[in-house]
Amino acid sequence: MTDLTVKLPGLDLKNPIMPASGCFGFGKEYAQLYDLSQLGAIMIKATTVETRLGNPTPRVAETASGMLNAIGLQNPGLEKVAGQELPWLEQYDVPIIANVAGTTTEDYVEVAKAISQVPNVHALEINISCPNVKLGGITFGTDPDVARELTRAVKEVSSVPVYIKLSPNVTDIVSIAKAVEAGGADGITMINTLLGMRMDTKTGRPVIANITGGLSGPAIKPVALRMVYEVSKHTSLPIIGMGGVTNVDDVIDFLSAGASAVAVGTANFVNPFVCPEIIGQLPERLHELGYDSVEQLVGRSHRL
Amino acid sequence: MIKQERMQVINQQEIAKHIFELTVQGELANEMAEPGQFVHIRVADSFEPLLRRPISVASIDLEASQFTMIYRAEGRGTGLLAEKKPGDTLDILGPLGHGFPVEEAQKKAYLIGGGIGVPPLYELAKQLNARGIETVHILGFESKQAVFYEDKFRKLGDTHIATVDGSHGTQGFVTHILNELPIDFDTYYSCGPTAMLEAVQWAYPQKKGFLSYEQRMGCGIGACFACVCRTTRSETDYIKVCSDGPVFPAGVVIS
Repeated sequence: MTDLTVKLPGLDLKNPIMPASGCFGFGKEYAQLYDLSQLGAIMIKATTVETRLGNPTPRVAETASGMLNAIGLQNPGLEKVAGQELPWLEQYDVPIIANVAGTTTEDYVEVAKAISQVPNVHALEINISCPNVKLGGITFGTDPDVARELTRAVKEVSSVPVYIKLSPNVTDIVSIAKAVEAGGADGITMINTLLGMRMDTKTGRPVIANITGGLSGPAIKPVALRMVYEVSKHTSLPIIGMGGVTNVDDVIDFLSAGASAVAVGTANFVNPFVCPEIIGQLPERLHELGYDSVEQLVGRSHRL
Repeated sequence: MIKQERMQVINQQEIAKHIFELTVQGELANEMAEPGQFVHIRVADSFEPLLRRPISVASIDLEASQFTMIYRAEGRGTGLLAEKKPGDTLDILGPLGHGFPVEEAQKKAYLIGGGIGVPPLYELAKQLNARGIETVHILGFESKQAVFYEDKFRKLGDTHIATVDGSHGTQGFVTHILNELPIDFDTYYSCGPTAMLEAVQWAYPQKKGFLSYEQRMGCGIGACFACVCRTTRSETDYIKVCSDGPVFPAGVVIS
């Protein structure tokens, strides 16, 4: 019997697979397709203090084995997420990781404090890496001192463990990881999207209305793996890895690089059943590789 | 109910310049109900191209468990789709979204379509006819070479064609034809370029109308927030074209 369970701060996961924030809304759309209780956890869409209407369209553009998006953190705001979306998810036996975003430290603190008290929220994911908003987001994730202080401020008010979502748009991701570790983070989620552009070749105009967008999909997996590998080597924080995961072997690779659990993002748009499919395939794949638990596989690249 | 299925390609042919008619068969077809819904197609088994392609449904044959789509092959994705042959299979997700409400029409309806917005109006016309509603079809195309389904629409009701270059029917846009026609209908339905939808809803402010919108999509089921539009209902109100639409009552969507 293969053991898929994973224990992380605040999270008792029945398996290591979860949809990534921003790729799964608040679960309702995918709940039409399968039982969400199958999932290890759900990372819900970023929540801000007030309602956000997001960026102008076009917000997405396809690229080679990937896509750019600049949604702009559209969400109904803290009150509705805490009062309606999260209570709706209570019907499923699945821990929720609430993604928290803002433009100031006070915003992050306000959302973190309130949303961490909702019963099915088992952990927070602090989004200091959104590349698509003019204020906040990534500006908190590219300076180690700012990242550390924000982590500290959020930790002070949160009732559940705090994971910080790192941006790949930095020169030295290890320094940011170490900073949030020093700030008291319980874990790291990585990576957010890579800043990119696509042009309309005929007109020379950027395709995305926001001009730039975040690159995701299979194209970014090598970058994500490298970063997970480096961060797991230099910090002792548990990592939820993500970036271009589309199949069970991608999951194995992230676990090998040092992730304890793995999030699936863009692949949900290509195959809405990708998460339950991977969960179903994981026991056999682990068995074929000679492992009988997920935890045995975590960080094996570092032990070779 | 939304299904994902590997459907059988039954037929594919080019019916006008770069315009393809593709018929598929499978259980998913039995889920089809409203005209104006769409399906999301994965055109390759690799991740290149990555995203599914939203394609509208032109007709539904529940008895044969088949439906037919019409699309323009203009990019990489639809180009690959155009290469599919009978016997091939296609990964299809659907039916998606909300279509045209056929029960809203009383006696006579105008169906106004432009270019690749014309196909869903065909199934709509069939269903309206089946309910005893008289349908008048006003269809616009780029040129004679791009015109399709003219005879099929004629069998269902009065059909007027406009082409931008005047090579077939009236020269100009569908609005040129609309200006000449009596306003003796109770409901209109429209699908086509955003500029056309705007013109149509300006033309008939007093009439009940339903418009099918187009917007660049990601997931197709309402999760990714790529295809969002503001509405006239309030400052903070918005709709998702893929899952709340693509069909909306006239006067709601700010496009």
